[in-house]
Amino acid sequence: MKELLSVQNLKKTFKISAKQQKIQNTKQRIKVAVDGLSFTAYEGEVFGLLGPNGAGKTTTLRMMSALVKPDEGDVLVDGSSVVKKPDEVRSKIGFLTSELKLEEFFTPNYLFDFFSELHGVAEETAAARKQKLFERFGITNFAEVKVGNLSTGMKQKVSLVISIVHNPDIIIFDEPTNGLDVLTAKVVTDFLLELKQQGKTVIVSTHIFSLIEKICDRVGVIIDGKMAVCDTLENITADKPLEEKFFDIYAERVGETYEK
Amino acid sequence: MRNSIITVMKKEFMRFFTDRRMVVTTLLMPGIMIYFLYSFMGSGLGSKLGESEDFVASIAVQNLPESMQTIGEGETPMEFKDLSEQGMEQALEKLQQSEDSCDLVAVFPEDFDAQVAAFDVTAGTEAPAVKLYYNSTNKDSQLTYNMMREMLDTYESALANKFDVNPGEESYDMATKEDMSAQIFSMMVPMLLMIFLFSGCMAVAPESIAGEKERGTIATLLVTPIKRSHLAIGKIISLSVIAVLSGLSSFLGTMLSLPKLMGGEESVDASVYGVGDYILTLLVILSTVLVIITLVSIISAFAKNVKEATGWVTPVMIISMLLGVTSMVESLCMTDPVWYLIPLYNSVQSMNGIFSMEPNIINIVVTVVANVCYAGIGVLVLAKMFDNEKVMFSK
Repeated sequence: MKELLSVQNLKKTFKISAKQQKIQNTKQRIKVAVDGLSFTAYEGEVFGLLGPNGAGKTTTLRMMSALVKPDEGDVLVDGSSVVKKPDEVRSKIGFLTSELKLEEFFTPNYLFDFFSELHGVAEETAAARKQKLFERFGITNFAEVKVGNLSTGMKQKVSLVISIVHNPDIIIFDEPTNGLDVLTAKVVTDFLLELKQQGKTVIVSTHIFSLIEKICDRVGVIIDGKMAVCDTLENITADKPLEEKFFDIYAERVGETYEK
Repeated sequence: MRNSIITVMKKEFMRFFTDRRMVVTTLLMPGIMIYFLYSFMGSGLGSKLGESEDFVASIAVQNLPESMQTIGEGETPMEFKDLSEQGMEQALEKLQQSEDSCDLVAVFPEDFDAQVAAFDVTAGTEAPAVKLYYNSTNKDSQLTYNMMREMLDTYESALANKFDVNPGEESYDMATKEDMSAQIFSMMVPMLLMIFLFSGCMAVAPESIAGEKERGTIATLLVTPIKRSHLAIGKIISLSVIAVLSGLSSFLGTMLSLPKLMGGEESVDASVYGVGDYILTLLVILSTVLVIITLVSIISAFAKNVKEATGWVTPVMIISMLLGVTSMVESLCMTDPVWYLIPLYNSVQSMNGIFSMEPNIINIVVTVVANVCYAGIGVLVLAKMFDNEKVMFSK
């Protein structure tokens, strides 16, 4: 299988402000968010990043999508380095996270055209893709309604479609079903499976075990910014269900146990 | 390259021009408000200082001297009433109450004419005194007081009249209508324009930069392959266009209403300037807006939200207003081109030169080129900031 994404010894630290030191009850001035993380994603696979809140999943995805710069290490996206050629990386990936918001003043129709233009998609190609994606997600009905007037589920559908206007081969989703009702969550999950069938490489960060079990081929468990386990879903869940296995790994790494 | 800049510009224009509220408050209202405000101020001042045609000043007078029996026959008729008919106390009460029947109380010494004739300036004795009681809050009373005072002063001068200065109806002021207009416009317009241009920039830049940060929409742009410099250029150009339109709206309102504010079209007339003057003004305005927009955008990029951005920009606006005042102080108006490298000051002084009808082309060129260079440097700084995660994603 072709290696499409390679995360190489990634490291990222943040300064902790005096205010945050108080809140977190710590005297540490530096927080290591990601600490020497490495993994690879292959063409046509869904790779799941699993971990508790604050484990470093989102920071890793932000570095992969060239939104923030790594302190050390690199990410190669289809051969392009996020450190050396961030613009090239951005053109090759689609990134969806709850932190990326859409201008509420504009309609889905306008936003699709706008982001297609920014990605350099030809007008005709964009129009055909818009029609296909809008129909697939039922956006056509509210394509001319301002985003500010849409429900959370509708907004998430629009965000998802906008993130893939340029038909990227690598798609990165950060908590894609967070805060969604069950129906919209199912639409998103089904679409992730469709992308997999289309041969796209999908990286999903989540703490929802069922989502991982349903769509992922391989899983990386991140704890305290480090890769605790990285293997196929099959191997990880060979002896125990994913949830139990995760807590075992967590207890082993952090030294805390959880009641099952 | 050009495409992504134009795409960003189109989006900014779309955001602004399809929002009726923003168009009305930023483009239409400033010009209209200024026009009506200045027009009302002009007519208000005129009516405060002027007099109505059928006005007759009512004066309660004690011991009206014979020498002044005819003073009520001037342009504004005066009606004298003997104070003894109503009494001093009642007349003063009428003045206090602003009653129409009494605009002024004048008290002359009993033998005023004789005392004046006998008075020797060199003797060091006290001069005969005339007491004028009036109510400064009442327009008619104030006007009557001014007229009476002027007439008494004239009478006093006439008593010892040995020579005249500028006698007769002839006009001795050699200033032309153009000179008078230029003097007023060069003092007022640069300062007002700086305020309007800055207000226009304040209305759009913090919302577009800090607002996008606050709402999280800037991050959505930053994950696209658009170059940060293109994003910065696209935003600055489009915001500048909107700010210029806003500034021009205010400028138009000012130019149309300033003659009314200054007491009528006869003394102040904006038509004294030629097309060339207006083109030079437009060039200076455009380059000034580029500088201000860049400055406000950089400050907005540092801010976490619109409120913080507005707070940080306000002191800069005050500084620009103070620089605007330099057009009124001759000693602060420099002619050496080096001074025209100072941003904002150069704009004020260039506009001052244009509106004084003495434009210094070299200084104007220095101003425009320097401003464009500063804006270019600002674009680079803004692009760096867009690429800085600590700036763009600070919480």
